[in-house]
Amino acid sequence: MKSMDLLQLGFFIILFLLLAWPLGRYMAKVYRGQRTWLDPVLNPLERLFYKISGVDPDHEMGWWEYTVAVMALNILGIVLLFLMQLAQGHLPFNPQHFPGVKWDLALNTAVSFVTNTNWQNYGGESAMSYLTQMAGLTVQNFLSAATAMAVLIALIRGLVRRQANSIGNFWVDLTRTVLWILLPLSIIFALLFASQGVIQTLHPYVTAQTLEGAQQTIAVGPVASQEAIKMLGSNGGGFFNANSAHPFENSTPLTNLLTMLLIMLIPAGLVFTYGHMVDDRRQGHAVLGAMLIMFVIFLGISYWSEATGNPLISALHVSSPTAMEGKEVRFGIANSALFATATTAVANGAVNAMHDSLTPLSGFIAMLQIKLGEVVFGGVGCGLYGMLVFVLLTVFIIGLMVGRTPEYLGKKIESMEIKMGILAILLPSACILIGAATASVTKAGTSSILNPGPHGLSEILYAFASAAGNNGSAFAGLNGNTLFYNLGLAFNMFVGRFGVLIPVLVIAGTMVRKKSIPAGPGTFQTIGPFFAVVLASVVLIVGALTFFPALALGPLVEHLLMWSGKVF
Amino acid sequence: MAELQELALKQQHRGGFSGQMLWQAILASFPKLNPATLWRNPVMLVVEVGAALITFFIIRDLAIGHAASIWLNIQIAVWLWITVLFANFAEAVAEGRGKAQADALRRTRSETIATRLVGDRREKVPASSLRKGDVVYVEAGEYIPGDGEIIEGIASVDESAITGESAPVIRESGGDRSAVTGGTKVLSDWIKVKITANPGETFLDRMIQLVEGARRKKTPNEVALIILLIGLTIIFLLACATLEPFAIYSGSSVSIPILLALLVCLIPTTIGGLLSAIGIAGMDRMLKRNMLAMSGRAVEAAGDVDVLLLDKTGTITLGNRMATEFAPAPGVPVERLADAAQLSSLADETPEGRSIVVLAKNEYHLRQRDLAGLKATFVPFSAMTRMSGVDMEGREIRKGAIDAIEAYLIGKGGALSPEIKAIAVGISKQGSTPLLVAENGQALGVIHLKDIVKGGIKERFAELRRMGIKTIMITGDNPITAAAIAAESGVDDFLAEANPETKLKLIREYQDQGHLVAMTGDGTNDAPALAQADVGVAMHTGTQAAKEAGNMVDLDSNPTKLMEVVEIGKQLLITRGSLTTFSIANDVAKYFAIIPAMFTVTYPELGQLNIMRLATPQSAILSAVIFNALIIVALVPLALKGVAYRPLGANAILKRNMLIYGVGGLIVPFIGIKLIDMILVLLHVA
Repeated sequence: MKSMDLLQLGFFIILFLLLAWPLGRYMAKVYRGQRTWLDPVLNPLERLFYKISGVDPDHEMGWWEYTVAVMALNILGIVLLFLMQLAQGHLPFNPQHFPGVKWDLALNTAVSFVTNTNWQNYGGESAMSYLTQMAGLTVQNFLSAATAMAVLIALIRGLVRRQANSIGNFWVDLTRTVLWILLPLSIIFALLFASQGVIQTLHPYVTAQTLEGAQQTIAVGPVASQEAIKMLGSNGGGFFNANSAHPFENSTPLTNLLTMLLIMLIPAGLVFTYGHMVDDRRQGHAVLGAMLIMFVIFLGISYWSEATGNPLISALHVSSPTAMEGKEVRFGIANSALFATATTAVANGAVNAMHDSLTPLSGFIAMLQIKLGEVVFGGVGCGLYGMLVFVLLTVFIIGLMVGRTPEYLGKKIESMEIKMGILAILLPSACILIGAATASVTKAGTSSILNPGPHGLSEILYAFASAAGNNGSAFAGLNGNTLFYNLGLAFNMFVGRFGVLIPVLVIAGTMVRKKSIPAGPGTFQTIGPFFAVVLASVVLIVGALTFFPALALGPLVEHLLMWSGKVF
Repeated sequence: MAELQELALKQQHRGGFSGQMLWQAILASFPKLNPATLWRNPVMLVVEVGAALITFFIIRDLAIGHAASIWLNIQIAVWLWITVLFANFAEAVAEGRGKAQADALRRTRSETIATRLVGDRREKVPASSLRKGDVVYVEAGEYIPGDGEIIEGIASVDESAITGESAPVIRESGGDRSAVTGGTKVLSDWIKVKITANPGETFLDRMIQLVEGARRKKTPNEVALIILLIGLTIIFLLACATLEPFAIYSGSSVSIPILLALLVCLIPTTIGGLLSAIGIAGMDRMLKRNMLAMSGRAVEAAGDVDVLLLDKTGTITLGNRMATEFAPAPGVPVERLADAAQLSSLADETPEGRSIVVLAKNEYHLRQRDLAGLKATFVPFSAMTRMSGVDMEGREIRKGAIDAIEAYLIGKGGALSPEIKAIAVGISKQGSTPLLVAENGQALGVIHLKDIVKGGIKERFAELRRMGIKTIMITGDNPITAAAIAAESGVDDFLAEANPETKLKLIREYQDQGHLVAMTGDGTNDAPALAQADVGVAMHTGTQAAKEAGNMVDLDSNPTKLMEVVEIGKQLLITRGSLTTFSIANDVAKYFAIIPAMFTVTYPELGQLNIMRLATPQSAILSAVIFNALIIVALVPLALKGVAYRPLGANAILKRNMLIYGVGGLIVPFIGIKLIDMILVLLHVA
């Protein structure tokens, strides 16, 4: 059984790398404006779009203009989505006649979907109309993913271009991302999902007569189309409350595999894209190596913890020690661990097991991955740009040791980049710590907790981490639909997103102006396994140092307590 | 004079510490506790604020008679104050060496009376009243009252106050040797000097400021590093501050002194405490090699340099060319050529001329003859004819470069045979200079003047190549000669027929490709290139303009030192990086010491994290705090001396240092904290 599991995990890693590799090359072509086989169809569409919207595709933006464009789109998105939820009772495509959403929940949801977090303080099937789901949430699934990818590309241009002023055109990057990458992949996978029994309908919910004679309403809806982009764009907001544990969202072992592959596909692919765009694929491989090292370590610990299970259960001699409550019982424990590791690594936030039910150590891993800043692959675009911030910091600290002032890809790292890099790490961390600290000592915070003791603290920590890390998965025990959590988490999601995104664009803007120093034997090499290990260590140490005290009092002590016979 | 000698001696032994210097450094650590001073070092300021807070709590607790855990708090407070003092001490020690030297320099700047020339009138004025543009008259035995240019006269000057070199140098008006420095002494003759610097801006003043570190500005890399350290400090501040609510949630509470102890252990105090000492020590290492860096920025840039422009003469080759062979024309006996060559060089006092005489004597046993006895008249080298020679009893001997002799022969109605031309070109191709000898209109042959490449220079260049530094030889020679010497010396590239414009152009070209360029220069015409280069080392013997343009001055005027400058720069950066890495890696162990100790009452299970098996919660916290303080003082010698630098490629250096300071930084505190814990238990203090 165990060797089968390990085989399955190894197979999964190889599979997603094999798929990500060609996708990465394809995406590099898209962003460099090179020819692709979709051009004949999409070029006219792209031109048409620019014509209608009045965008000049040849206009190049500096970092400030780029930032303004990003923020304008995102803030407009929040406002529109907020209003749409408030007014959904008066809008069409609402066969269940859901009323308007309460303002604080609507605000939370609007920020959540625009920031690519997709934290859900509601049950999708019992609160949102088809219109809100499709025209509001799904649209943001595309735009939020495309925004982060565009910003990543802008950063890469900042690193690659020499003594220039501009980092691209946001509208062009956004359009090309959606048309060439997200839409085609979504269509393919939506069809695949539908073929596997994931439902897709605009009809009202189905009412069925159960064997006992009771009336049961079965929620249905346009699920398959949302499912593809939900996974692809590291969004993770489920159509149904149960997310990917719901058979209509995740119907067969094949869809489970596809779902997990989709989570990893673009984030891993972008790392390859990076290598292509900096004209040195080894740079991409080193970053990928660091991510893989951490992914494998985390997956290993998580799987070990789940497979070892709870010693209290094994003492009862009723079953294997593996705790299956809340796990994906259809696909087994390996898939639960893998799904949890993948979804937290990638800032996706879709779940197929309740993370509240994970063994403490797996919960610890899930939380740690989010708190590291979602850089183990991370969300589409934002994962890699977050990782590149870590790369800059690593090069700055370690690079001095070769006897040169630090440089990355030939460009000097100076105080402005460090200022912004620190800000990008500090802001989300500060949000998590301050938010969770406030919640843990106020009535408004603690009253939402389901389990007492350190597990309750884990629930709070996870919620704020998930929000600031733009992950969106939940420890579930916590009741998030209160004024306190709706607003607190919305704030966290906003700062967690733009508190990183804007510094990254500033870095792109300062780096693009620098000249590039040709590499020689005296240059600190940012390639190869050595750098990958160093990078992974810096990420782990910085993340661990920031959150060690909090984690020690949450999942870590819980783990130790479980082994000494106390559970919560 | 005795003072100067004492200074010169001091400068040669500017190495070790005396007990007195240490004592002064300890005394200097206390005034630095002033928050207004400590403001420059935010990490240490946080420690000081923490220490002050705990002290306040202790006094409050004593006042209200609340004695619980007061003994622990007192110990924590003491150690936090000691941490700040240790950091101050590190800085004071580094500054101490500079201070001692500045004091010595200041003594030589004692008030001198200058003789100012106003029209034809001479007036005695104090040196401090001299302004730019004044002209002063200085004669033997007087100190030069300020920096200036000689406008008239020639004198030998004792510059040991500046250079530590006791041999006098010749200074004269015009040319590249016209700059004089205030505080130096005229030993013979007289000069008229036009003052070029106002009081307080002179070279001596600047030197004092530099060695004292008074004008020390943080370098760009230091600024960036401090931002990183402040960022880490804020992160840890948050981690510690939010620990209290989490603790309250968990049903326990952490006392503020213990939270502050944790905070101080986590923030990067090691590098924060040593950072400025590392910077000062870097400047000091330059100074020890008689190299005056005008700013820390210049030292940092030296580490980044990847192209070195080296003057051929004096750096790559010995200053003088030597005659190594006589190549006679067909049909001319070699003895005749040697004889003519020797005769023509007898009165030639240049090293080249002397080497010709010596070669003829050694190889052909031609004794040195007396010019006067031969009734010969020496024809000196002139820019017009570009030849020198001798006329005697019907013999007219001339020697010179190929084209000069060819023109001379044609003027005599003769011609230069192609065979001789071929010999001369052959010699050029070997990197040597052919010198033709002609007698009475007939070319006798060629003297082979060889550039002697310095011993060991080839290995040095190979070393530089491994470090990733490209060497370029700058020479006025023609491309053929230059190529040959370049090949022999192993230099990467060369610039032949160089002049200030082509030098400047070369620097710009490399900079446009992103390289950082270092060069040395002395003449006024070098000034633009010195200013353009990222590291421009001006020779102290050079002109004022050159010294103003460069960002370092070599007091020994030894161009070879450019290579050492690069190494010192690299060493400075490596030391800074290594100690930063060490400092951050240390935190892991400190967490394992303090976190279990904090919550051992609420969650005894967290005791499993106490992998060092520290005796009690109190001893654990104290051990971490004590280790954190002691490690600063333990690393002071390393910060001052610098991490050992080996000329290897970046990867090899990185792996080595990563192992020592990264992995070492993870492990050392585990051992150190455990040891301190054991000692504390033995002493029954916790």
